[in-house]
Parts: sequence; C-alpha cells; structure tokens
Amino acid sequence: MNLTPEESHIFCTVANTPTDNNFTAPAGAYNFRVNGKSIGRHSTKNINIVPKPDNQGLDIFIAPNTKNETVHIPVAISATGLKETVYNDFHIGENAKVTIIAGCGIYNCGGADSVHDGIHRFYVAKNAKIKYIEKHYGFGQGRGGKILNPTTELHLADNSEAYLELEQIKGVDSTIRNTVADLSQNAKLIVKERLMTHGRQTAESIYDITLNGRNSTADLASRSVAQDYSSQTFKSILSATQKSRGHSECDAIIMDHAKVLAMPALDAKTKDAELIHEAAIGKLASDQLAKLMTLGLTRKQAESQIINGFLK
Amino acid sequence: MLELKNISFTVKGGSRTKILDQISFAFQPGTLTVVTGPNGSGKSTLAQIIMGIKNPTKGQIFLNGKDITKDDITTRAKAGISFSFQQPVKFKGLTVYELLNIANGELFSPEEAGNILKQVGLEPTEYLSREINQKLSGGELKRIEIASVLARKDAKLLIFDEPEAGIDLWSFQDLTKLFQKIHRQHPDKSLIIISHQEKILKIADEIIVLEKGQIKSHGTPAEILAKIGEIK
Ligand SMILES: Nc1ncnc2c1ncn2[C@@H]1O[C@H](COP(=O)(O)OP(=O)(O)OP(=O)(O)O)[C@@H](O)[C@H]1O
Ligand SMILES: [Mg+2]
Repeated sequence: MNLTPEESHIFCTVANTPTDNNFTAPAGAYNFRVNGKSIGRHSTKNINIVPKPDNQGLDIFIAPNTKNETVHIPVAISATGLKETVYNDFHIGENAKVTIIAGCGIYNCGGADSVHDGIHRFYVAKNAKIKYIEKHYGFGQGRGGKILNPTTELHLADNSEAYLELEQIKGVDSTIRNTVADLSQNAKLIVKERLMTHGRQTAESIYDITLNGRNSTADLASRSVAQDYSSQTFKSILSATQKSRGHSECDAIIMDHAKVLAMPALDAKTKDAELIHEAAIGKLASDQLAKLMTLGLTRKQAESQIINGFLK
Repeated sequence: MLELKNISFTVKGGSRTKILDQISFAFQPGTLTVVTGPNGSGKSTLAQIIMGIKNPTKGQIFLNGKDITKDDITTRAKAGISFSFQQPVKFKGLTVYELLNIANGELFSPEEAGNILKQVGLEPTEYLSREINQKLSGGELKRIEIASVLARKDAKLLIFDEPEAGIDLWSFQDLTKLFQKIHRQHPDKSLIIISHQEKILKIADEIIVLEKGQIKSHGTPAEILAKIGEIK
C-alpha cells in the first residue's frame, strides 16, 4: 500500500509507525484509515476488528484474558474538504490488558475545511486494564481548516482501569474534545491531557466524570499552552455518588494575545466523596526564563525549552 | 575584570525607593569577593544587575573594559558570567541531567554530569534523572542550582547568591572547601559569593559590606571581621 509523504508523516507522528512511503504494519491488531477508507486491517487471535456498515467505524472485540497486546487504529486525512464521523466501539473482555493507539492527523493544503469527528466508546469489563494513547496533529498551508472533534466515552466496570494519554500536538485549527466516564466499584481512571494551540486556533476540552462505584478513583491532569491569538476553554465536572476519590488539575501557560478560560466543577453527592480541584493559568515564569538564559539559552530557546518540558 | 560605576536601582512606592544607591566597585581578576550585609540591603539586586536579570536605573557595568550595561542575560552568560540563584528555580519536565547539559552547552556524558553532582554532594545515580520540581527538598534544589553554575566550564565570573542557604552544616564545610578549590585551581576565574557565613567571609580576598543599598565598607577579612567584632 502506498502512502503519500504527508500521510506517512501523519502515521509516524500520531501512531509512531515507521516513516516511509510504504505502509508498514505494526505488531498486533490494526486498522489504518486514510481519507475515509481502510488501507490495512488485521485481527489477531484475541483481538477482532469488525467494520461497521458504510465505513462508519469499527467494532473492536478484545477477548477476555488477552494480555499485553496492542491495537493501532490511526486515521489520516490528506484530502481537502473531507468531513467524516467515525464510531469506534471497544468491547474489552474481563481481565484483558491492552494498549490502544489511536490518533488522527489532517494535512490540508486546500481551501475547504477537513473535519474528523471520532467517537470512541469503551466498554471495559471487570478487572480489565486499558492504556489509550490518542495524538492529534494538523499541518498544511491551505486556507481550509483542520478540525478534530474527539469524543471519548468510557464505561468502567468493577476493578477495571483506564489510563488515557490525550495529546494535541500542533496545527489543529479547531477542536471540541469531549471525555465522558462512569466508574463502578474500585474502578480507576487516569487522564493525562496535553494541549497546544497557536495562531487563531480554538480548543475546548470538556470532561464529565462520574464516580458511581465505592472506592473508585479518578485523576485528571491537563496541561496546556496557548500561544498567539489562540483561545482555550477547559470545563470539567467531577461527580461522586459514592465513597470515592477524585482529583483534577488544569495548568495552563498563556502567551502573546491568547485567552484561556477554565471552569472546573466538583459535585459531591455524599459526604464520603473526596474531590479536589487545582487550576492555574499564568504566563511563562520569568524566573524560569531568566535561569535558562543565564545558562546561555536565548529567550526563544528558553521559551521552547520550558514549553516542551511542560507538555512532556 | 568587572567594574560597576555609580549603579543605582530605584523602585516606585514601598518604604524605601532607592534599593541600590551609587554603587561603584572594581572586582579584581582572579579574586574571591564576598558580599555581605543585612537582609534587604540589596545584595541579590546587585547580583541580578550584574547578570542582567534586572536593569540598573542609573550607572554602567564594564566587563574587561567593555560596557555591557545594555547586554541581555544571554549575551552576558556567553561572555562568561554565571549566577546561582538565591531561590532555586523549579521546572516541570526538566531533569537534572538535562539542566546540566543546557548549562554545559553540549551533551555531557553521564559520568561527567555525575562528577559535577558529586562536587555538590549528590549521588549521581539517585539524582541525574530526577525532575527539578517541588518533590526535591530545599537543600537538594539548592545543590542542583549550584551544580548548574559549576557545569558552565567557560564561565569566568561565578556569582553565588547565599549558597549556604538550606545546606546542612556538615555539607557546608565541603561547600566552603569547594569554593576555595575553584579559587585556587582557576586563577582565570573570579568569584563573587553573597553570604552571611563567617566561614565564607574568612576565605575571601576582599569583603564588601552593603547596607541600605550602599557600600558601607570593604576590605580584607581581617579588617572587616574586626569591624564587625567592634559593633558586636
Ligand atoms: N521590584 C521591587 N519593588 C520594591 N522593592 C523591591 C523590589 N526589588 C527589591 N526590592 C527591595 O529591595 C531590597 C533589597 O532586596 P534584595 O533581595 O536585594 O536584598 P538582599 O540583600 O539580597 O536580602 P537577603 O539577605 O534577605 O537575601 C528589599 O528591601 C526588597 O524588598
Ligand atoms: Mg538576597
């Protein structure tokens, strides 16, 4: 299967797959989607990827007790004006332990907007553990927008765990990111979000996490950098109906003429809920800049060092 | 090597507006100068002005005869000035090894970086990969801050702002010895150490006493310590 250099650059960036013009299959199960079509799909003994009708997405069945396997389902869009909505449903069996690598990149050199709305639903059975890595990226000089609207919906059964790394690297003009989760007894959710906006980009990140099970825990850490004239909104609501622990933290560096709005909310429906929120918005710390410059970095180098570290 | 001419630093408002008032001083090449004086006398402000972190309201700074008053921090760093902050700076997502590499201007081998940590009494295997964040103790952060200046091998003027702060007594002895060793082994390097510690005052070639933004006196340790003794 041949990929354009832009498409292969996307897969390399968002899914860490080798960067040559030939599609190289990663180990494990995978589905690579380019401009609305699957260009390679592979199921394994334990992981069955079944396309939904009309290219609307995938059902991914992960057998109970699957151990340390990986699923790659990255998406590339290189056609200007392409708009798609994709539903991927993950059915994760009891005791399974898997890594899922998603992510989407848009290359747009034309005048029309390209849009990918990806709706990922996870049904994580008892005692299962998932690690989900999603990177978003856009590039190309066209006037058309590069728009990505991911929805991540998680249903975590008793004793299950989900670890999410959500990252928007660069170049996405507009995004509305929705993450919804409900947790049963002893379930555990960890979310690490990294967001970078520049130019006139807008980003909205919305979390709705409900701790429905006794002793469930959620830890949400979002770090973002807003540059140029970009604007960001962070909204989160952590609700608890049972004895449980929730922690959310959003930390933003604001630069140039950017705007950042943070609206964290906590909703405890029982006195046994322990909910904490920390939020901070601030410009690049002047002592950090000064320190790095005393070590010989220019102001620009110091800025990018601080930002890169912060978004690591 | 470094000459200050009529350096003043004034701020608006507050109880005192003249933070530094007409400071003139010539630091001799290869010397170890200790700047001391009461809290708030302007020691850190003076050091920050030399490094370029603050700009003087009036006056000029010369490095080897060249006027550097308008140079930014980076230019002064490249000209050989280095500075260990009184308050160590923390960073999210930066390891000790990475900081030392930035200071060095090129990649250290882990052994070389480790040797610098050993000089400040830190075990390399334990600290090289640590992130420079609030999980480190105050004394550990201070040692890393000092190490970042030691890693600048081309530095000609090394400024340490209260290096003893937060360092335990036992290690303080070693730190004093380290400064003496740098002073002895590198006649091409000048040191300015801001300190309240008698042990540090004693290793100086020259001591400057600041008070309310002015140089109250300067002289050899024997002269200055005698004066301080009189006041007591
Ligand atoms: N930007 C500023 N605005 C107002 N006051 C300032 C400003 N910067 C420094 N000062 C004041 O200048 C004085 C000198 O501060 P500086 O930090 O130089 O003192 P120091 O001698 O280093 O004290 P210490 O021994 O406590 O470290 C202090 O009174 C401080 O409050
Ligand atoms: Mg001070």
